[in-house]
Amino acid sequence: MTVFIIRRLMQATIVVFIMSLIVFFGVNVIGDPVDMLINPEADQAEIERTIRALGLDKPIHEQYLFFLKGVTSGDFGKSFIFGEPALKLILHHMPATIELALVSLVMAIILGIPLGLYAGLYPERRVSRGIMAGSILGFSLPTFWVGLMMIMLFAVYLGWLPSTGRGDTAVFLGIRSSLWTLDGLSHLFLPAMNLALTNISLVIRLTRAGVREAMHQDYIKFARAKGLPMRRVIGVHLMKNILIPIVTVLGLEFGSLMAFSVVTESIFAWPGMGKLLIGSLLQLDRPVVVAYLMIIVLFFVIINLVVDILYSVLDPRVRLRDQGT
Amino acid sequence: MKLSRSLCILLTTTVLAAPALAEDLTIGLASEPTAMDPYFHNLGPNNAVTRHIFDRLILQDEKQNLKPGLATKWKPIDDLTWEFKLRQGVKYHDGSAFDADDVVCSWERAPNVPNSPSSFGTYTKGKTVVKVDDHTVHIKTAAPYPLMANDVSNIAIVSSETGCNAKTEDYNNGPASIGTGPFKFVSYSPGDSIVLERNDDYWGDKPAWSKVTLKPIKSGPSRVAALLAGDVDMIDQVPTTDITTLQKNDKLALSQGVSNRVIYLHLDHDRADSPFVKAKGGGAIDNPLRKLQVRQAISKAINRDAIVERVMEGVAIKAGQLLPEGFFGVSGKLKPVDYDPNGAKELLAAAGVGDGFELTIHGPNDRYINDAKIAEAIGQMLTRIGIKTDVETMPRSVYFKRASRGGPGETPEFSFILVGWGAGSGEASSPLKSLIATHTPAKGWGASNRGRYSNPEIDALIEKALATVDDAARQDLLAQATEMAINDGAIIPLHYQVNTWAAKKGLKYIARTDEATLAIGVVKE
Repeated sequence: MTVFIIRRLMQATIVVFIMSLIVFFGVNVIGDPVDMLINPEADQAEIERTIRALGLDKPIHEQYLFFLKGVTSGDFGKSFIFGEPALKLILHHMPATIELALVSLVMAIILGIPLGLYAGLYPERRVSRGIMAGSILGFSLPTFWVGLMMIMLFAVYLGWLPSTGRGDTAVFLGIRSSLWTLDGLSHLFLPAMNLALTNISLVIRLTRAGVREAMHQDYIKFARAKGLPMRRVIGVHLMKNILIPIVTVLGLEFGSLMAFSVVTESIFAWPGMGKLLIGSLLQLDRPVVVAYLMIIVLFFVIINLVVDILYSVLDPRVRLRDQGT
Repeated sequence: MKLSRSLCILLTTTVLAAPALAEDLTIGLASEPTAMDPYFHNLGPNNAVTRHIFDRLILQDEKQNLKPGLATKWKPIDDLTWEFKLRQGVKYHDGSAFDADDVVCSWERAPNVPNSPSSFGTYTKGKTVVKVDDHTVHIKTAAPYPLMANDVSNIAIVSSETGCNAKTEDYNNGPASIGTGPFKFVSYSPGDSIVLERNDDYWGDKPAWSKVTLKPIKSGPSRVAALLAGDVDMIDQVPTTDITTLQKNDKLALSQGVSNRVIYLHLDHDRADSPFVKAKGGGAIDNPLRKLQVRQAISKAINRDAIVERVMEGVAIKAGQLLPEGFFGVSGKLKPVDYDPNGAKELLAAAGVGDGFELTIHGPNDRYINDAKIAEAIGQMLTRIGIKTDVETMPRSVYFKRASRGGPGETPEFSFILVGWGAGSGEASSPLKSLIATHTPAKGWGASNRGRYSNPEIDALIEKALATVDDAARQDLLAQATEMAINDGAIIPLHYQVNTWAAKKGLKYIARTDEATLAIGVVKE
């Protein structure tokens, strides 16, 4: 197990390094941040000064080496736009995104699994068909459109929930979050739901497929023949066996929720990392983009590791071993 | 009995509390500032927000006319010195007094902020600030400098005790964000909100709002939805597609005003073989854009009324020069060119390109209101008179680099481009110096002259205007230079952008030509 984890971490370092190369050179091909930053009234001398101040006058490989040197001491460079360390900026925006991703993950689980279970156990019922049709809609409707419709319906016409922004925050258990206040939760509901929609559909379909397949397996038949109550058959024997694909997918999806909640965050003006990323991309704030993507790569590597470990907990047949050795 | 008494108290307190609540103002902003430090980033959104907290010696009113701020009087006392008399009895938000030392150290800090992406050196360069007494300062230059007051109106004044030695973070976190302005800093949470409260000791007209919250909402539809849902009281940069719907909504009130931004076409005046100009069929051609008649033909081929009515949905004013009427230095003689496709064809024939040629227009698609649609309209209009025009638009992050220095040797890459120019100084020398004057890096002229237009006569006029301190004489020189440039087709003006703000019924925003959104400009009707 320990060897497995160490090997994984070493692989992660290589992946992050390659990623830094691709991203750094990639973003440096596009446009010129100076045009994004400088006041149009500035004259040529002023433009030159800014180019030098940002280090953009140096050849790109020198810029990269300088960047690598910084990274080894935890310095991802300073944001062109905010003048603050890129890492600090990302960490500042992270709690809002974690909140959003967590809540939407919870929504996906508590809505998706029961609905999928129902649809799988009673596939012929009308309600089940309705659930499945809904899940197709959840997949195929574009997030930005659904988000705007939700704002129009719940905020503009019904006036139940606030349209945009993050609510009041409070400190609980040493964590400052908008999860602890009513205002915060009311602001969180719409964007989290918007973000969760695809995942709810995904979980419904996975659960349903799992249930349909498992119900015909011998161990379920045996459990029922043994006279176990249906509740126990479903809750223990069935659930344990269908959870593996769901855990895998949700693990990866949590990564995507964290990393790429860009659309939802933009529409709901949610002050998270996604909004920071899109702003940085549009304004060519290269250090932030590079740092962001490197952190995300690390994040995915860690999530995959956690998923692998969860497997072995859920299914004793899975042994943590490197395939290659 | 007991119950009704507490009910009574409850009712009274509610009634008493109501007016205080009504003084809260929440504004949804399209663009977010990058810091609270007034000298960190010399760009529109930052300058608008810091104006709430920090006064300038001279303020710009909604039409960018200069009016007394922390200075009550200013005048040139000789060719090289301007004298500023400072307002007496002004207090900072922390109670300390404002005097000449604050001005001197503010001017020292303004151009020297570490990591500043766009510095205020543009305004402070070549000027020395000298304290004469506690309420008088002199600003000296090496040569006569008529735009002194305009430059001064761009430099915020911070406190010598708390502000001058502070770092940008100190401003963002609050301790250094102490000015003399109409609002006090309360909190700044990037991406989320900026909260301000009224400065009850403000020296000027006190704002009507006790608490102001500025919320950045970049996405246009979301901004409109936030207003409709009542989460914000006012928004700026209303998308043109929503204007008609919002106008019909009787719970809302719209404010519109022309801006200092002209949308125009720049053409390649320089290269004989211009990369995106081709003969009919795609062969090489001697760049016809260098002929005056061709430039005039292009201007005549453009139906500005149609662009304003159809593309801009009525929310723009057709343009005939560099700045709209009413600004300093505009010419009274220049009118928008009328649509005349037949006249245009005749001009093309007279220029020897009666059969037409091929052209590509390049433009941004996320910088100006409806920019990509305008470029498409122009493409169609020119194709109609025989200039087969391809349209290529791209994000501004890519566009501006290529348009300014994408070609070999850092020359402009394109031949025919759609751009806009907002005159930050609020007078005509700004576009003349940047767009029309010959590209001369050593002098800082023609920095945005992406057509490389060059006319020594106009250069001489601009030079003279920039050394003429007498306002009336300078106005004439600027107007004359503008007339020459426009008549020579240096650029082809299309329209002036009109900005739209939308607020709840009962509120009105005094539209500003500099496109800034200021809480002090929101008034109750």
